[in-house]
Amino acid sequence: MALARNKMRSFLTALGIIIGVGAVIAMASIGQGAKVAVEKQFNSLGTNLLFVRPGSRSFRGRHGGSGTYANLMPEDAIAIEEKCDAVQYVSPNVSGRAQVVFRNKNWNTSLQGVGDKYPEVRNWEIEDGVFFDENMVKSSQKVCVLGSEVNENLFEGEDAIGQIIRIKKIPFRVIGVLKARGESGWFNRDDMICMPYTTAQRRLLGIKHIQSIDVSAASMSETAAAQEQIEELMRIRHKIAPGAEDDFNVRNWSEIAEGAAESTETMTLLLAGIAFVSLIVGGIGIMNIMLVSVTERIREIGIRMSVGAREKDILFQFLTEAIVLSLLGGVLGIGVGIAGSRLISRIFASPALIPIFWVAIAFCVSASIGVIFGFFPAWKASRLDPIEALRYE
Amino acid sequence: MENNNLIQLENLIKIYKIGETQVRALDGLSYSIKEGDLVAIMGPSGSGKSTLMNIIGCLDKPTEGKYLLDGQEVSTLDKNKLARIRNKKIGFVFQTFNLLARTTALENTELPLLYSDVSAKKAKELALHSLSEVGLKGRELHRTNQLSGGEQQRVAIARSLVNNPSVLLADEPTGNLDSKTGKEIIAIFKKLNEEKNITIILVTHDQNVAQIAHRRIHLLDGQIVKEEHV
Repeated sequence: MALARNKMRSFLTALGIIIGVGAVIAMASIGQGAKVAVEKQFNSLGTNLLFVRPGSRSFRGRHGGSGTYANLMPEDAIAIEEKCDAVQYVSPNVSGRAQVVFRNKNWNTSLQGVGDKYPEVRNWEIEDGVFFDENMVKSSQKVCVLGSEVNENLFEGEDAIGQIIRIKKIPFRVIGVLKARGESGWFNRDDMICMPYTTAQRRLLGIKHIQSIDVSAASMSETAAAQEQIEELMRIRHKIAPGAEDDFNVRNWSEIAEGAAESTETMTLLLAGIAFVSLIVGGIGIMNIMLVSVTERIREIGIRMSVGAREKDILFQFLTEAIVLSLLGGVLGIGVGIAGSRLISRIFASPALIPIFWVAIAFCVSASIGVIFGFFPAWKASRLDPIEALRYE
Repeated sequence: MENNNLIQLENLIKIYKIGETQVRALDGLSYSIKEGDLVAIMGPSGSGKSTLMNIIGCLDKPTEGKYLLDGQEVSTLDKNKLARIRNKKIGFVFQTFNLLARTTALENTELPLLYSDVSAKKAKELALHSLSEVGLKGRELHRTNQLSGGEQQRVAIARSLVNNPSVLLADEPTGNLDSKTGKEIIAIFKKLNEEKNITIILVTHDQNVAQIAHRRIHLLDGQIVKEEHV
């Protein structure tokens, strides 16, 4: 009850812990939510997906501009589809950005030059109209399929099918609109336009190579086999000597998904680590206040000793006060953290999951902080001499 | 058992070291006090009054000599055992009351029982009884800052009695009170001694306080120089 007597002081002492724990919980929730969302998003795209990119593994398949890694060719994609048994479909990719104009509206968006099997490979359905077919790709026709965001911004509810839009001043006919897929945290997947990759190469980007190949394996269980077959084929095609580094890399979706999940986990750990530091600061705060408190209560300690309190009684009393303070702070902090993570997730439209693991850790840590940082002041208090203590002004 | 003295002091010597110098606060003091005695200790500053009280009250140990309380030699006990004895056998009343701030009279009175094996319910009972003995019935739930000086000292007395001590020690109990209130407090001591046969030792400058004692001893330079019987 000594704590209740000085509510303001107790609250300020616990504040450091409350903020520290709150921060840990909020960060961990957001991180956890992000991880799960990333996993979900990746899973929704199917796990029989493979990507062939130029450059060796160690470059993680980064797209340079055109000309940086110009060693993937459309013929590679065709060969993969024909020769690898475990492969179902392929879609060669090139991309860029451009201003797109319809009547008096324009919109800067991402251009995706893809193959005719793109919707099948990517598991992406058409909302309206049709996707382009083999022939359109062969003859590099100037047709395009809009992502739902571009459709909304250029046509605002009007029917886009059959209309002519200008991409880099070149007229294209809209033949389809893709289903909306929603944002995935950092970018809007519906903010793009698809066209045959041949058209993009020749008319918009002026390149002969392709930037990546999307591959779908015949089934999830054949993904590993598909990866092997592609790698073997590509080594032959690109004349890679045995033992030499590949000039391409093949990654499957689950690897990428794992990688992404790992990096969000690392991010979570980092954030939570920072928050933990603030928890330590909170613990130091408790120690400071407890030390001050001991000094202010020297008289009180003397009185208690004079009526029979032993050293261990005083030690126990002050240690308990410190632990109660930090536990209370921990519980309140968990509440603040949960509320905070809900608020942040609403503002940034990113999901937040309350991780029981972190709540338990934060609880244990705040109790330990009470014990560790409260011990020294409590020990000091118990060592006071009663006569000196009673004389203290 | 050679005698039935409650308190037996044999050749007490207490030496303090202040820097390089040694101060002999008590210089071979011997005395005995029987149960039911009311003794006043008087003397100028530095005569050793407080030191003597601290030793009798088991807050301190003599450098040399023996102190027997209730037949038990306490001069050689360790800190923890001394604390036990303070809890069970000794009651203190101080000049500055020494109550816990922001605490009720009841809680203050219960304090010694907190450190003994008495249940919370029993402790409350004993405390309430003790408070009514000193005339504070009805004021139990007032906090320290809501009590006058005289009332605070009464609470202190109630606290000192709550564990049924062998001896009650009071160091200048009226020092911070006006003369009227001081007389009330003195009357309480007298009543406790006469009606309940509680052994009381008072340190005082105040003649009014010394009046009620059966015996008065005068200290000078750590020794008893005069003893008066009433």
